[in-house]
Amino acid sequence: MPKSKPRVAFFEFTDCEGCQLQVANLGLSLLELTKVVDIVNFREIMSEQGKNYDVLVVEGSISSKHDEERLRAIAAKAKVIVALGACATTGGVNNLKNLKSLEEQKKSVYGNVIDPVPDALPTRAIDEIVKVDYYIHGCPIYGPEFLKVMECILLGKPYKVPQYPVCVECKQNENICVYEKGLFCLGPVTRAGCNSWLPNYGNVCVGCRGLIDNPAANAQKDILEKYGLTVDEILEKFSLYCAGKKDRAKYEKEIKK
Amino acid sequence: MKKKSKNKDVKIDVHYLTRVEGHGDITVDVKEGVIKDCRFKVIESARFFETMLCGRLIYEAQHLTSRICGICSCGHSLASIKAAEDAIGVRPHDDTILLRKLLLFSEQMDSHVLHAFILVAPDLLGVGSIFPLVKTHRSVIEMALRMKKLSDFAGEVLAGRHTHPISFVIGGLTKMPDLDRLKNLYAMMIEARSDFDKTLKLFKKLEFPSFERKAQYVALSNDQEYAFYDGHINVNGASLIEAQNYLSIIKEEVRDYSSAKFVSVNNAPYMVGALARFNLNGDQLNKTARAAAKYLGLNRPCYNTFMNTVAQVVEWGHCLEESILILKRILKEGLNDKNVLVTPFPRREEWPIRTRPGRGVGAVEVPRGILFHDYTVSDNGVVTQANCIIPTNQNINNLEADMRKIVPEIIDKQSEKEMTLTLEMLARAYDPCISCSTHVLDVRFV
Repeated sequence: MPKSKPRVAFFEFTDCEGCQLQVANLGLSLLELTKVVDIVNFREIMSEQGKNYDVLVVEGSISSKHDEERLRAIAAKAKVIVALGACATTGGVNNLKNLKSLEEQKKSVYGNVIDPVPDALPTRAIDEIVKVDYYIHGCPIYGPEFLKVMECILLGKPYKVPQYPVCVECKQNENICVYEKGLFCLGPVTRAGCNSWLPNYGNVCVGCRGLIDNPAANAQKDILEKYGLTVDEILEKFSLYCAGKKDRAKYEKEIKK
Repeated sequence: MKKKSKNKDVKIDVHYLTRVEGHGDITVDVKEGVIKDCRFKVIESARFFETMLCGRLIYEAQHLTSRICGICSCGHSLASIKAAEDAIGVRPHDDTILLRKLLLFSEQMDSHVLHAFILVAPDLLGVGSIFPLVKTHRSVIEMALRMKKLSDFAGEVLAGRHTHPISFVIGGLTKMPDLDRLKNLYAMMIEARSDFDKTLKLFKKLEFPSFERKAQYVALSNDQEYAFYDGHINVNGASLIEAQNYLSIIKEEVRDYSSAKFVSVNNAPYMVGALARFNLNGDQLNKTARAAAKYLGLNRPCYNTFMNTVAQVVEWGHCLEESILILKRILKEGLNDKNVLVTPFPRREEWPIRTRPGRGVGAVEVPRGILFHDYTVSDNGVVTQANCIIPTNQNINNLEADMRKIVPEIIDKQSEKEMTLTLEMLARAYDPCISCSTHVLDVRFV
């Protein structure tokens, strides 16, 4: 990082902009952050547009030729690339679109006569196109993790995404195990880092942060044993966030083999 | 006499309008004083949400559709839940409805503050974003952030978080809000009254562009209250239609230059959102909001689109006082867990017995206007058809009509740069949410 304040630019592609909103919602913390970085591009909340930047924060997944070209162009100017939120890190819920024929979906949406989205492509995560240096997972992201990652960037050190399952955090939070309530939960195979947000509020983990590396080996084994489950069985139940290329590969190579 | 504009050529091309949610372009092409082209193009990539929904369990619909929009994910959740409940025959308890209204109020407040202070106010103060205002108007920005924090906290207390709420599901909540935190929320809301007073003084000083075009206005209305959560579709104050029959009056069309569909009523554009609600239901606002409207010079009916932001400020006050009333009641009478708590994924044998063929419609007033979710559900609980009509889509047609009226009015008075800003401000007045609008997808899956 240069000695002067690093310049940070936010760009978004196909998504709901909820993750940038989590950043905007940091409120006073965001104002504090602007003491050490210059935010030069954040279209959702500002008209000024800086042409140069050091840190590029990308939100959203890539789902058209235009998206792909634009991402390559803005990435070429950046020293550090951050993928912000599930759509950027794994493709997020947008991956569900890839499970069906794009042509059929276009026809069912816009009819047979006009195609207003001729350059639409299947959904891809950011790192299927450019190299990503920092990953901030989640749908939406967890605000405190964003600040942690920014700190790492400023110090020039890597950020290690937790590779243990959500169950670890859920136990620390003393939640009643979701399986105890007769429900299925992706906690045993999903990357931690969200502080077990959904189980804390009585819902089930749906795996929005993506699968841990090597789910077959690193899953929360005691939970699986206690409830007589296999990793396979849990994953069968959910595909909301696990339809992405990387997660599918993990699932197929390491679990189905 | 020959007018100057007869010869004037203007070409405006705003690529990626800023300070809005999502990607949209404004294009205006005037040749020798004649408008050749005047468009608002939605260039956000299509997301195919409704096709993604088809084939999934109805109990996943809220989770998935809240991801349509990060700003109005509570509104999408509630429209989704209402549509699902209507389709499969679930009746939530009154306590649940009370909590849903509270959540919806907090989202209106959150979105309105974001729009009025962070997205619109910089235009009126002649700067490009709130960041320069941190130096020149620090106390205003701090107040806006405080007001925003209030809604964020409300979302957290009620639903776990405001963006993509966690605990609001079909039939009720998966976790009861903590009473102590509700007490904190109540105290914060009482304190926020003084921020509302300051906001009114601030907006009284701001000058909005003058412009008038009598549009059609559409909003939910009901006898009991200023409608947000429930009601019939009110068209121009002239007719009331059941929400379930929305397709009998609302028509959609595809145009080749936009990934969002264009929507009309009576073959003409119409406006939804705070100004439409105010024009149709303004007499049902509470005392605080009525006084605020009077103070800010917002009178019914108001045909100036730019005043939509003022109507949002007025609604902020309304939602604050209504929230205070609900919280007072909850803190006094308490909530019965048994009435509210449900599981997010009931077992097959616990599913409700359907009382009607499985189609349901949920209509809710979200910050930008009326939102429809419409699902058809099979006997085994799978979504077979889905349709969502989003406020921004309903407004785009009306925005283009406004643009066609305002361009000839300003063409002789403003430079191209000034015209660009005026048109940007006009688009921003609608508070467009473009991510949302690309999901207006009518799906017929066989």
